[in-house]
Amino acid sequence: MTSLPQFAVALPEIVLAIGALVLVLVGAIAGDRTTGLINGLAVALLAVAGVLVLAAPVETAPAFGGGFTADAFARFMKVLAYVAAIGALALSFDYMRREGFARYEYAVLVVLSTLGMSLMISASDLITLYLGLELQSLALYVIAAIHRDDVRSTEAGLKYFVLGALSSGMLLYGASLVYGTTGAIGFADIAASIEDAQTVSLGLIFGIVFLLAGFAFKISAVPFHMWTPDVYEGAPTPITAFFASATKVAGVAMFVRAVSEAFPGVTQEWRQVVVFVAIASMALGSFAAIGQRNLKRLMAYSSIGHMGYVLVGLAAGTPEGVRGVAIYAAIYVAMTLGAFACILSMRVGDRYVESIDDLAGLSRTKPAMAFVLSMILFSLAGIPPLAGFFAKFYVFYAAVNAGLYPLAVIGFVLSVVGAFYYLRIVKIIYFDEPTVEFAPMTAAAKLVLTLAGGFTLLYFVYPAPLTSAAQAAAASLF
Amino acid sequence: MTDWPILSLLTFLPLVGVLFLLVIRGEDEFSLKNIRHIALWTTVVNFVFACVLWAKFDHANAGFQFVEQAAWLGGAINYRMGVDGISTPFTILTAFLMPFCILASWNSITHRVKEYMIAFLVLETLMIGVFCALDLVLFYLFFEGGLIPMFLIIGIWGGKRRVYASFKFFLYTLLGSLLMLVGILAMYGTAGTTDIQALLQYKFPAGMQTWLWLGFFASFAVKMPMWPVHTWLPDAHVEAPTAGSVILAGILLKMGGYGFLRFSLPMFPLASEQFAPLVFALSVVAIIYTSLVALMQEDIKKLIAYSSVAHMGFVTMGIFTLNAQGVQGAVFQMVSHGIVSGALFLCVGVVYDRMHTREIAAFGGLVNRMPWYAAAFLVFTMANVGLPGTSGFVGEFLTLMGAFRANTWVAFFATTGVILSAGYALWLYRKVIFGEMTKPSLEGIADLNRREIAILVPLVLLTVLFGVWPAPILDMSAASVDGILNTATAAIEAAGKTAAR
Repeated sequence: MTSLPQFAVALPEIVLAIGALVLVLVGAIAGDRTTGLINGLAVALLAVAGVLVLAAPVETAPAFGGGFTADAFARFMKVLAYVAAIGALALSFDYMRREGFARYEYAVLVVLSTLGMSLMISASDLITLYLGLELQSLALYVIAAIHRDDVRSTEAGLKYFVLGALSSGMLLYGASLVYGTTGAIGFADIAASIEDAQTVSLGLIFGIVFLLAGFAFKISAVPFHMWTPDVYEGAPTPITAFFASATKVAGVAMFVRAVSEAFPGVTQEWRQVVVFVAIASMALGSFAAIGQRNLKRLMAYSSIGHMGYVLVGLAAGTPEGVRGVAIYAAIYVAMTLGAFACILSMRVGDRYVESIDDLAGLSRTKPAMAFVLSMILFSLAGIPPLAGFFAKFYVFYAAVNAGLYPLAVIGFVLSVVGAFYYLRIVKIIYFDEPTVEFAPMTAAAKLVLTLAGGFTLLYFVYPAPLTSAAQAAAASLF
Repeated sequence: MTDWPILSLLTFLPLVGVLFLLVIRGEDEFSLKNIRHIALWTTVVNFVFACVLWAKFDHANAGFQFVEQAAWLGGAINYRMGVDGISTPFTILTAFLMPFCILASWNSITHRVKEYMIAFLVLETLMIGVFCALDLVLFYLFFEGGLIPMFLIIGIWGGKRRVYASFKFFLYTLLGSLLMLVGILAMYGTAGTTDIQALLQYKFPAGMQTWLWLGFFASFAVKMPMWPVHTWLPDAHVEAPTAGSVILAGILLKMGGYGFLRFSLPMFPLASEQFAPLVFALSVVAIIYTSLVALMQEDIKKLIAYSSVAHMGFVTMGIFTLNAQGVQGAVFQMVSHGIVSGALFLCVGVVYDRMHTREIAAFGGLVNRMPWYAAAFLVFTMANVGLPGTSGFVGEFLTLMGAFRANTWVAFFATTGVILSAGYALWLYRKVIFGEMTKPSLEGIADLNRREIAILVPLVLLTVLFGVWPAPILDMSAASVDGILNTATAAIEAAGKTAAR
């Protein structure tokens, strides 16, 4: 009976798994008529899982033979991933109905993918990590291509699948090298083995580099970012919102946990890679976005850049850095969901548009939406007093404190470049004359935008709860 | 000190006005009138509170007064407010200029009035916050947050090249500020606190001071603006609406000088001494070069913008003389310039509203039709030149005296700037006001109306009053300036002794 309490640790995941299977059964028996019901149940399921995560006592010791941890860090990131998934789901129902591909499988796949994320976040050995990652990815490949009659959607799905499989292969190769050199798969065991070995073997370095390449692929950091713009543009918009928010949270959490728990002894080795990837992502995200005309593509480059900033915090390799990453992830989710709620409200008649120029004069036609979107854009650019500033503040504080001054200066200079393209959208919204008028926003989009925009705008009034939660999350990794 | 948080009240009262504005719907005459009145009365009430602050201010106290503190970000970063003799004049100046800005936009802003007033009130909150903040992060928040409303003000209600000007303004300032942010993060990491009062006592190692000073310098030099990073200012000034120019020249530029006084000088005294020659050189170049550039301008606003850069050169020079005359003169010069340049932009606004051009060549002989306007403009022109008896003289004289004690050659070259400023200002005045009224387009031009008289008369009175009786400002800042200079010179001497040993 000693194994029974271990299941309690994974209760949210178990609920998600069983719930998803039940939803599949309901859908398979009742058919597409029940899509609406299943959508609602999926949201409820994710919410229940979120409540369970919050209600469960923080368990620092790994369960299931060291493969699964439900510590404060996992709790923080899981809640974030669930919130992002709920937000993306809420945004998608109306879109799918209008575009004519409402299917019950969609919500189920999102739940399954979120389950995979949950496992990734909690994974504390390489096997669990890989399993979680694959569950998440396989569901995502299908979701990306779910609009079967749309060429761009199928293309996005295929691209995502091929490149995603390649990255999973790299990750697996790295994992096997790490296992080969250290003889362990549990993060704690790997760390102990590296500690004992005194010298760092070449095989281990290779393993770490391949692992990092795989991680970088999943969070779309340069130089493994190539799939992002195409997939973001091609996938149906609410699914892009899901890619941009929830999967990034899970990827970042996996990245952070793996390097902080398994490789704290070789920080110098992986830090070089992370610093390079961070600078390259910030640079590419800033410069490549300038030329974009399509909002979804722009958001893709923007997310590449933001992943660069997240990695700045990770590069510090300190609890402060992880705290910065956690805060950044939370604020990034809010900003991304808000931005996508706006993109999904760009509807002329029954047609969705996604060009930046379609936003011209939005401040005249829809002042409230224009204001919130502009604030989100200023926040993405990192202008105080908006939330995005605090996100950058904490990661760069960690970097400066770890002595990474050049990284901080380069990051800030690149954020000025980034500010330019966000400002250009604000300019189009506020300074230009309106050309088209959008249809009224849906209730779900309004709700998501209000919550996300309110958080972004008013975060500075009472920032303490998020900061202390992130602090606790970071402390559990060290 | 006081029972009620006067500084928070002063800072956030404009936001209450914003809330009122937000509930007004409609674009008709009646609601527009309401919008304008709400904005005006909010700023007037805020100014009344600023006067209360003035009355309660203890002149003998060199430290911070009205200090407030509350938990905010967690860790060592807290919400801290407080003013001393250096920040109080600027706080009051901000509250003082705002009603004039609202009045100046009364008829000239006709579209999106509500958004315009909201932007100005938010800007007032952020500007007063800059001068009252006693926490580095809070200061940065206000300092940088001001970019958003100003960007929108220039971009939405500006002139033809407003997009270019607003982007240039935003990106220039942002780049400078972010380098300061690196410095702030490093200070937080080293000293473990962002409390300005604690940081003023903290002694940073000499090598670190150099880097921190450069980081802060990048931000304040752009904001000031100092030559050669001044190029955003003429563009922003020309394109901004009248009230935007007033705020830009009157308050935003002062944030740079305030930053030097609040951070660079007392926190990094060794680096300040080390870099003083650089600042002197840049200031002298600014004074002479931008004065010469001003001589060549064809646009009235651009001319005043370049003259602002030159006058700010006196301020930076005065601050880094590290003696009481120079620093006091710099503070006075900033306040005086805030009033005078603000008034000059308002004067330009008066003719722009009538003629819709700012070309110097489009005017001439205005004295024939607008005698009152000519008189007011004359006072401000003379104050801009630095004629004794106007407020412009006191500041320039004190900074030059301070510079003379620090470095004779700097004073020598800077003094030529006074002559040059007389050159461009008088030339402008002659071209616009004097001469025969030959342009047919000017024949119908009317003299000041009641609203414009109400705007300009207080400014004329203050310009003359501070010219003959500068004591209110000098007394206010004296104790704090002495305090700053004592700590700075003590630190420099201590470092000198260690080096000598």
